[in-house]
Amino acid sequence: MGLLEAIILTIISASTPLLLAAAGELVVERAGVLNLGVEGMMIMGAACGFAGAYFTSSTFVGAACGALAGVGLAATFGALTLGLAVNQVAAGLALTIFGIGLSGLIGAGFVGERIAAAPVLALPLLTSLPFAGRILFGQNAFVYLTVALVIGIWWFLYRTRAGLILRAIGDNPISAHALGYPVLKIRMLAVLFGGACAGIAGAYLPLAYTPFFVPGMTAGRGWIALALVVFASWRPGRVVAGAYLFGAVSILQLYAQGAGLAIPSQLMSSLPYLATIVVLVVISRARSSGGSAAPASLGLVFVPDR
Amino acid sequence: MPLVLERRAERSAAIALASPLIAIALTLVTVAILFAAIGKSPIAALYVYFVEPLTDGFALQEIAVKATPLVMIAVGLALCYLANVWNIGAEGQFLFGALSGSAIAVYTHGTAAGAWVLPAMLVAGALGGALYALIPAICKVRFAASEILTSLMLVYVADFFMDYLVRGPWRDPAGYNFPTTADFDPVATLPTLIEGGRLHPGSIVALIVVAAAAIMLARTIQGFEIRVVGAAPKAARFAGFDANRVTLLVFAISGALAGLAGIIEVAGPIGNLRPGISPGYGFTAIIVAVLGRLNPIGILIAGLFLGLTFIGGEGAQISLKVPLDLTKVIQGLLLFYVLACDSLIVHRIRVVSSRKGAHGAA
Amino acid sequence: MRRLLMSMAAAALVVACGAGAFAADKLKVGFIYLGPRGDFGWTYQHEVGRQELAKAYGDKIETTFLENVNEGPDAERSIEQLARTGHKLIFTTSFGFMDPTVKVAKKYPKIFFEHNTGYKRAENLATYSARFYEGRYVQGQIAAKMSKTGVLGYVGSFPIPEVISGINATILGAQSINPNIKVKIIWVNSWFDPGKEADAAKALLDQGADILMQHTDSPAAMQVAEQRGAHAFGQDSDMIKFGPKAQLTAIVNNWAPYYKERVQLVLDGKWTATDTWGGLKDNLVTMAPYTNMPDDVKKLAMDTQAAITSGKLHPFKCPVVAQDGSTVECKGGTHLDDGQILGMNFYVKGIDEKFPGK
Repeated sequence: MGLLEAIILTIISASTPLLLAAAGELVVERAGVLNLGVEGMMIMGAACGFAGAYFTSSTFVGAACGALAGVGLAATFGALTLGLAVNQVAAGLALTIFGIGLSGLIGAGFVGERIAAAPVLALPLLTSLPFAGRILFGQNAFVYLTVALVIGIWWFLYRTRAGLILRAIGDNPISAHALGYPVLKIRMLAVLFGGACAGIAGAYLPLAYTPFFVPGMTAGRGWIALALVVFASWRPGRVVAGAYLFGAVSILQLYAQGAGLAIPSQLMSSLPYLATIVVLVVISRARSSGGSAAPASLGLVFVPDR
Repeated sequence: MPLVLERRAERSAAIALASPLIAIALTLVTVAILFAAIGKSPIAALYVYFVEPLTDGFALQEIAVKATPLVMIAVGLALCYLANVWNIGAEGQFLFGALSGSAIAVYTHGTAAGAWVLPAMLVAGALGGALYALIPAICKVRFAASEILTSLMLVYVADFFMDYLVRGPWRDPAGYNFPTTADFDPVATLPTLIEGGRLHPGSIVALIVVAAAAIMLARTIQGFEIRVVGAAPKAARFAGFDANRVTLLVFAISGALAGLAGIIEVAGPIGNLRPGISPGYGFTAIIVAVLGRLNPIGILIAGLFLGLTFIGGEGAQISLKVPLDLTKVIQGLLLFYVLACDSLIVHRIRVVSSRKGAHGAA
Repeated sequence: MRRLLMSMAAAALVVACGAGAFAADKLKVGFIYLGPRGDFGWTYQHEVGRQELAKAYGDKIETTFLENVNEGPDAERSIEQLARTGHKLIFTTSFGFMDPTVKVAKKYPKIFFEHNTGYKRAENLATYSARFYEGRYVQGQIAAKMSKTGVLGYVGSFPIPEVISGINATILGAQSINPNIKVKIIWVNSWFDPGKEADAAKALLDQGADILMQHTDSPAAMQVAEQRGAHAFGQDSDMIKFGPKAQLTAIVNNWAPYYKERVQLVLDGKWTATDTWGGLKDNLVTMAPYTNMPDDVKKLAMDTQAAITSGKLHPFKCPVVAQDGSTVECKGGTHLDDGQILGMNFYVKGIDEKFPGK
C-alpha cells in the first residue's frame, strides 16, 4: 500500500464522523434551530451503539442503537426549544452536559470489552484496483452511508419541495407559518434527524474507528462538527470539503511528525483550527453581499401566534 | 396538537418568582428517584448534594472560590448575549488572560520586584483577554465572519499556545522538565482572606464586577445601547446606535473579564501557570449567564448555585460513593428544568380543540 | 403521613451519622484519580490496586476514590475534602497533583499523603513511582529482534522526562541487539485520545515502522497493530485482549503491593515519608506474558528481565552518549543516577528526531 493511498484512507476514516454529524446538524440549522448539543448526542450514540453491538455482535444493531440514543436526546432538546420556546444555546449546552454524564453512567460497565470492528464492504473485482480500489470500494458501511446521506441531504434541500419549505422556515418562520406550514413540526423532524446523524456518527467511533469504548471518546468532535457547519456556510458540498480539510490537516500533522519535520507539535495541532478561521474569513470576504449566510432565523425562538 | 404554547401579554410576575423554586423542586424529586433507583437513600443524597456544603465553613469558601471565575466570565457574556453577539470563546479568553498576566510573573521571578507586580499582572490579564476577544469581534465587524465559529476555534489555539509556552520558554528550569512555570513569587500571588481557607480577593472583585455591570446596564447610555442593539436592531440604527461599535465594545469587555478571571485563578488558587488551569469555566459560564437570565444579580445567584452543585457532587463521591457522571446528569437535569420553568414566565400553555383552522391565513 | 416521612428522614440521618461514627474505627484511605477509573490505562491500574487493597484488608479499612479530578484548583479542594472527611492516608495519582498535595499536606500535618510520580516531599508527604524504563529496555530488545524493517514506531504523549527516559531506555535496549535501529516518534499531546492514537499508529506503520510502542493510555494503537498484522507493546495494562496476535508484552503497572505495604505501615504506626521508586525488583513494574514471539526471543527477554531485577544490568549503564555526540556525565558510578533519569531532557544517540522544545 503506497504512502499516499494510506494517508488518504486514514483521512477518510478520521473525517467520516465529523462529516456525518455536521451533515445532520446542517439540516437542523437550515430549519432555523441551533442545537449545540451535538457532542452530548454523539457520546450517547457511542455508549449506546457499543452496548447494542456488544450484546448482538451486529454492527447494524449497534448503529441503530446509536441513532436511537441521538434521537432520544434530540427529542428532549426539541421538546424544550420547540415545545417550550426555551433559549436554544442554553438548552444545547445543557444537553451536552447531560449527555456526557449519562453516557458515562451507561458505558461504565463496558470499559475493557472489545467487539469486532465494522466489516469492510469489499466488492470482488473493484476493491483490488490499484490505488483507487481500496479508497473507493474498500470502506466500511459507515463511510458509504455518510456519502449517501450527504448526497441525499443536498438533493432534499435543493431539489425537493419539502426541502424548499424547510429552508424557507429557516429563513422566515413567520411567513411560513402564515402560509400554513407546520413550522414547529418540521423543525422537530429536522432536530430528530440531526440527532440520528449525531448518534450514528458517535457510534462510528467505538464500532469502526477504535473498536472499544471509553468514556469521553468523542474528545470534542461534536464541537468541530458544529464549527464545520458554519465553515461550510450551511451548504452540503462545502461541509464535505470542510470535513475532509479538517481531517486532512489533523492527520497530516501526525505524518509530518513521523517524517521528522521539526515544527512544535502544538503548532501542528492548532493548524486545523487556524485553517478553519482563515478559510472562513476568506469566504466571508468574498461574498459580495456581505453579511452572514446563516439562515436568517437561526437560534431565534419562534412561537406561532394564533 | 391539543396543547399549544403562546406568548403571554405580559410577563407573569408570579411565575418569575416561583420558577427557580419549581425547577429546584423538580430536580430534587428527580434526584430522589434516581438515587432510589440505584439503591441509595434519596434523603441522604439530597442532603449531601444541596445542604451539607452549606453547613461547613470550608465548603462555603470553596463554593465562593469555584463561583468567582464563573460569575465574572458570565457577566461579560451576558453583555454580549444581550447585544445578540454570541461569544462562545470565553474559555480561550480566560486562558489568554491567564498567560498574559503570568508573563509578568515569569519575567520578574526571582528579582526583587516590588508590590507593583500583582496589579500589573491583573491589568495585563484583563488587557490580554480583551485583545484576544477582539479577534473574533473584528472578524465579525470587518469580514462578517461568524463570531460563534471564530471565537470557538480560538479556544483551541489559546490552549495549544499556552501548552507551548509552559513546555518551552516559560518552563521552570528547576522543575525536572515538567510543564509548569516556577511557582509565583509571593509578591505575584493573591493573598487568602481567611485563615485556613482559600477565599481570596478575587471574590470581592467578582462582586464589584456584578455591581458595576448591573449599574451599567440599568443606568447608563452604554447599557441602554447594548440592550437595544440586541433586542431591536432596526430601532437601534434609527436611533444612531452603531452596532459594530457595540460589538467591539462587548467583546472587549467580556474578554477583559474572562482574562481577569484567568489571571486571578492563576495568581490565587493555583499559584503557577500550567496546562489544565480551566476545567471548562468558559463554557460553564455560558450556562451561568443564561440561568441568571443575563442579569448580573441573577448571574451571581446562578453562579453560587452551580458552585454548590459542584461541591455537593464531590461530597457525594466521597460519602455516597456515587460516580461523578451522576453529578453531570443532575446538573443537566437542573438546567433543563430551570429553562423549562423560565419559559413559562413568558409563555403559557393552553389547551385548544384540535381544529386545524387556526393555521389558516384567513 | 407527613409525620411518618419526617421520622423516616430523621432515622435516615441518624443512620448516616451513626455509620460515620462507626467508620471512625476503620482506617479511611483516599485516592485521587486524574481520569475515569474505566480508562483501561493509567487510572484503571490504580483502581485495580485500590480494589485489591480493599479486598485484602476487608473490614479493617474503608477506601474512597474521586475520579476525573482536574489538575487545576479543583484538585486542592478534592484532596482537602478527603482530608476533612476523616481519611488518614491519601494517594494522589498523577504528577499534576503535586502542588495541591503539598499545600494540603502542610495544612494537615497529622494526615499521611502519598504523591505519585512527583518529587516534592515533606514530613507527612511521601512520593512513589515505578521504574517503567526498566520494562522499556526489555521491550527495546524484543523490538529489535522482531522488527524486519529496523524501524520502531513510538506514540508519545507529552515530552516530559518520564516519557523521554522511556524512549531512551527502549532505544538503548534495541541498540544492544541492533546498533542501527531507528525510531519514529509522534506526539499526540494527550495522555488519552483513542482516535488520535489510532491515527498516529497508522501514520507510523505507513511510514515504515513495524513495531509499535506507546506512552499513551488507550488500546487504540494495539488494535491498529492487530488489524495491520504488525506487533505492539501494551501500556499500563495487559492489552492482549485487544491484540491477541499483535501484543508481544506489556508494561503493567502493579500498585497493589505498594498500597498494601503502606496501609500496613499506617496500621502499625510506622509510616514515614519515603521516596519509593520501585521497578521490576519490587514488582511495581511487571511484564505481561511474552506472547507472539519465537522462543529464543522470549528467552532473551526473560534473561534481561532477570538481569535487571537482580541489579546486574542497568538500562542506563555508562557510557550514555547523547544525541549531540557528547558523553553524559556518569553521576551514579556505573550508571546514570536517579536524579539524571528523573530529569532526563535529551535523546540518546541513534534517535534522529529533533528533541521537542529545543
